[in-house]
Amino acid sequence: MNAATGGTPLDLNAVGPGFSDPPLASQAVFRAALNAFARPGRIQRVASDAPHPSGAAPAAAALLLALLDPDCTLWLAPRLAHGSAAAWLRFHTGCRIVSELREAQFLWSDADQMPPFEHLPAGSEFEPETAATCLVQVEALGDTPGWRLQGPGIERTQPLTVRGLDATFLAQWRANHAAFPRGIDLLLCAGECVAGLPRTTCIEG
Amino acid sequence: MSDTAAIFAARDPHVNFAYLDERTKRMIRRTLLKAVCIPGHQVPFGSREMPLPYGWGTGGIQVTAAILGPTDTLKVIDQGSDDTVNAVNIRHFFQRTAGVAVTTDTRAADIIQTRHRIPETPLREGQILVYQVPAPEPLQRLEPRRSETRTLHGLAEYGLMHVKLYEDIARYGHIATTYDYPVRVNERYVMSPSPIPKFDNPKMHRSAALQLFGAGREKRIYAVPPYTAVASLAFEDYPFSIQRWASACALCGATDSFLDEWVTDDRGTRMFVCSDSHYCATRQARATAPEPSHGSK
Repeated sequence: MNAATGGTPLDLNAVGPGFSDPPLASQAVFRAALNAFARPGRIQRVASDAPHPSGAAPAAAALLLALLDPDCTLWLAPRLAHGSAAAWLRFHTGCRIVSELREAQFLWSDADQMPPFEHLPAGSEFEPETAATCLVQVEALGDTPGWRLQGPGIERTQPLTVRGLDATFLAQWRANHAAFPRGIDLLLCAGECVAGLPRTTCIEG
Repeated sequence: MSDTAAIFAARDPHVNFAYLDERTKRMIRRTLLKAVCIPGHQVPFGSREMPLPYGWGTGGIQVTAAILGPTDTLKVIDQGSDDTVNAVNIRHFFQRTAGVAVTTDTRAADIIQTRHRIPETPLREGQILVYQVPAPEPLQRLEPRRSETRTLHGLAEYGLMHVKLYEDIARYGHIATTYDYPVRVNERYVMSPSPIPKFDNPKMHRSAALQLFGAGREKRIYAVPPYTAVASLAFEDYPFSIQRWASACALCGATDSFLDEWVTDDRGTRMFVCSDSHYCATRQARATAPEPSHGSK
C-alpha cells in the first residue's frame, strides 16, 4: 500500500473540497475527456472549480475526480502518492489505490516517473477495454508543429508539441500503437489543458 | 408544441440531472472513453433498467444521459422523423429530466439521438450522433455464443460474414442485406451500424461527427470517432451499392434522400416521401418561400 492510503486515520480538515456541483462539473470534465480521445492531440481545456491537491495538474485532478468511484483502481507514481492527492481522491471518489501496476485501471504520474509501457495492463485481444488509462503530467502542451499525429479522430494530420516527455517515449508509443487492439490510452495533462492519445494514434516525431 | 414547451420548460427537481444517478453515469462514461479508443469494438457495460421497455431505445438514452450537459441542444429522430412516438417521448424525457433545449434542426443540434437513420444533412464537427442499437453483435445470427464471437473479433476472423454475403449472391444474385449492413471500422473490427438502411452506410465513413452506439438489452456500447474509415463489406466483383428510387419525394421533390413508401388508400395507391422529416420540411419551406416582391405578376 502507498503511504497515504495506509491504516492511519484521515485528517478531514486537511482534505480539500471537491466539485461545488458534482453532476454538472463531472459532465463538463467528462466531455473534455471524450473530446480529447475523439480528437487526438487537439488540446482541450478542463474547466473545474475543485481546488487541486499539491503536485497535481488541475486538469488531471479534475479528470480523476469526475471519472473515478469505488469501482475503480488507481496507481499513483511515488511523488503523487506521498502528497495530499491520494487522500483527496480517496475521500471524494472512494477509488481503490493499488501498488501493483497490473491491477491498475487508471494511472496518475508525472512524466518523469511514468513506468515503462510494457509493465502496464494493455488488455487482451478479447478484452482490449481492460487496458489502463494513464494521466501523465507534462510540462507544457502546444499545437505548434512538432509531432504529426494521424489516425481515427484526425482529418488529415494534427500537430502537437509536448514538453517534458523523455526520449524513449516515441519508441514506446510506436510499440503500443502496433499492438492494437491491445494498448494503453494516454491523457497528457499540463495545467488546465489535456490532450488525448488513444492507442489508435500514430505519432511521427 | 407551445403547450408541451411550457410543461417541460423547467427541469423536474425531483430527479438527478439527466435521470441517471452519478455512479451509473460515471460507469457509462468510462465505457464510452474506452469505446472511442477502440473504434468498432463492443464494450460491455452495466445497463440499467430505464422507465421504458427494452427495444424503445434504452441503450441510446443511457448514452445520451451520460454525455448530455445543460448547454447542449438535443434532437431525437425515429426512422428519420422528429414527430413519431419514440422520438417525441425521448425528447420530452430529456426536457423534463435535464431541462435542455431541443430542436428538430439537424444543424442546430449538438447531440442527435437516432433510431435507425442518419440525417440527410451532413453532420459537422462537434456534433455527437447517438444510435439506439437492438442487436450490437454483427455475427450473432452466424454464431450465437458470445464467448465465440468475442474470440472471432479478437482474432479478426470474419470469414463467416463473407460466407454469408457470398451465399446471398449465390441464392439471389446480389447481396440481399438492405439494413443493418455490416461495416468494417478502421480496417479492424466488423461492426453492426444498427438497423439503418444501407443507404446511410456511406455517411458513416469519415464523418465529422462522433458516433456513439448504445445497446441497452444487450449491454454493449461502441463508438466510431470522427474521420474514421467505415467500409461496407463487399466483394471486388460485387461492390457495395445503395438503394435508388425511380421517383422523387412526392412532397419536396428530393432525389438524393431515403424515401419511405406510403400507401394512401385501399386501392394500392402509393407515394414516396423523404424519411428525414426535417430535411423534407426545410426543402418544402424553401420551395414555397415568397419570391422577392419586385418580380411578382
